[in-house]
Amino acid sequence: MEWDWAFVREILPTLLDGVRLTILATILGSLVAAVVGLGFALARRSRNRIFAKGIGFFAEFIRGTPLLVQLYFLFYILPDLGLTLPPLVAGVIGLGLHYGTYTAEVYRSGIENVPRGQWEAAKACNLTVVQTWRHVILPQAIPPMIPALANYFIAMFKETPLLSAITVLELMNQARSVANYNYRYLEPMTLVGVFFLVISLISVIGLRALERRFGRLR
Amino acid sequence: MSAPIIEIDRISKSFGALRVLDELSFTVQPGEKLALIGPSGSGKTTILRILMTLETISSGHIRIDGEELFHMPKDGRLVPADERHLHRMRSKIGMVFQLFNLFPHKCVLDNVTLAPILTKGVSKADAEREAMRLLEMVGMADKARAMPAELSGGQKQRAAIARALALQPRIMLFDEVTSALDPELVEEVLNVMRRLGEETDMTMLLVTHEMSFAHDFADRVLFFDRGRIVEEGPPDQIFRNPKQERTQAFLKKIIAAGQRV
Repeated sequence: MEWDWAFVREILPTLLDGVRLTILATILGSLVAAVVGLGFALARRSRNRIFAKGIGFFAEFIRGTPLLVQLYFLFYILPDLGLTLPPLVAGVIGLGLHYGTYTAEVYRSGIENVPRGQWEAAKACNLTVVQTWRHVILPQAIPPMIPALANYFIAMFKETPLLSAITVLELMNQARSVANYNYRYLEPMTLVGVFFLVISLISVIGLRALERRFGRLR
Repeated sequence: MSAPIIEIDRISKSFGALRVLDELSFTVQPGEKLALIGPSGSGKTTILRILMTLETISSGHIRIDGEELFHMPKDGRLVPADERHLHRMRSKIGMVFQLFNLFPHKCVLDNVTLAPILTKGVSKADAEREAMRLLEMVGMADKARAMPAELSGGQKQRAAIARALALQPRIMLFDEVTSALDPELVEEVLNVMRRLGEETDMTMLLVTHEMSFAHDFADRVLFFDRGRIVEEGPPDQIFRNPKQERTQAFLKKIIAAGQRV
């Protein structure tokens, strides 16, 4: 088996299409995870015990089952219940929900790290609950969480090949289809590895910069 | 005597099995400067925290300006207050904390203007003009753009006083505001409070361990022990001629620790 540069040149445009979709899925999934995680974290602090417990159980359930199974449910089983999602949409929801349960824990510890005196000062300033969250608590809680959140987004990026199971034409899926078509696996799979490695390394350098800028969440 | 601005009517407060306040009652006249003294754990800080609604009460009633604080009338009965009622009542009261509790992500000026802009709908320009006047008064005008982390403890506390004043409360609560300060910074904060006492007709409740300041500042002193008022009266009486044994013992300890009273 020999490395074939001509084959590499031939498949590169297809693989780059896959890279684009992989990055898109990661960014959208991260946005969903960031919002869903905040929702989970706030819901679990709700004064309504039953609601808080219910959300907590739901999050535990999602975290305790494999992402691949959840993707199958979203893409292959929901249509039986009358809800058909495009592959990328199902994938983004799956990634976002799954990682949202992890980012929720980051938000939780970030929020708990804001000293009680800040809540009390907000009350003494007669801010409403919403104003307190928006102007006092979250602006202090979020910056230290950014490195931890980014860490999860990098982990999510490396799990995007799972989306190939629900026909999303991301990098892994593109590579597999050109490989199957040409009966050559060496170049496509090597390139997949290289793409992931390069993007991960760049992301990790970015993460270190974020940690220097915002500090690490203790 | 006019109608009291604060009426505390047989309130009790327990944390689990611990009874912090025990059927406590007292009233405060508008404009009165009240010093609350006593050993730690006697419940004096808890009273301020309850007035600021940071704690609830287990039983009893508190009236501010004749209006119930933790209760509201509904269908001719008193029911527990909702958040809206508490919000309205809180606008009459301001508080300065032992640990300052400035918002660390905002500069001094923004700390002072945040609440007026958000809760009173004051325009940013008006809020900043008023904030600068208050910062001038507490000697912090030159630090308006500084972040809290860049300030000394005394500067933080003076900024926190300006923040509390910005909402123009009728009642101001000072909770051991100099206890966390280095000794050489205590005086600059006390000076600001002296000025406030002279220049405003705000009602002030002060929990403090600075006995000589309490002596000069207060119109009336309440001595607390174990959740009850043991003795109360004008400063000269409490500090020079305490009648109760427990007050005498407490002051003796304070003097032995090197404080002037």
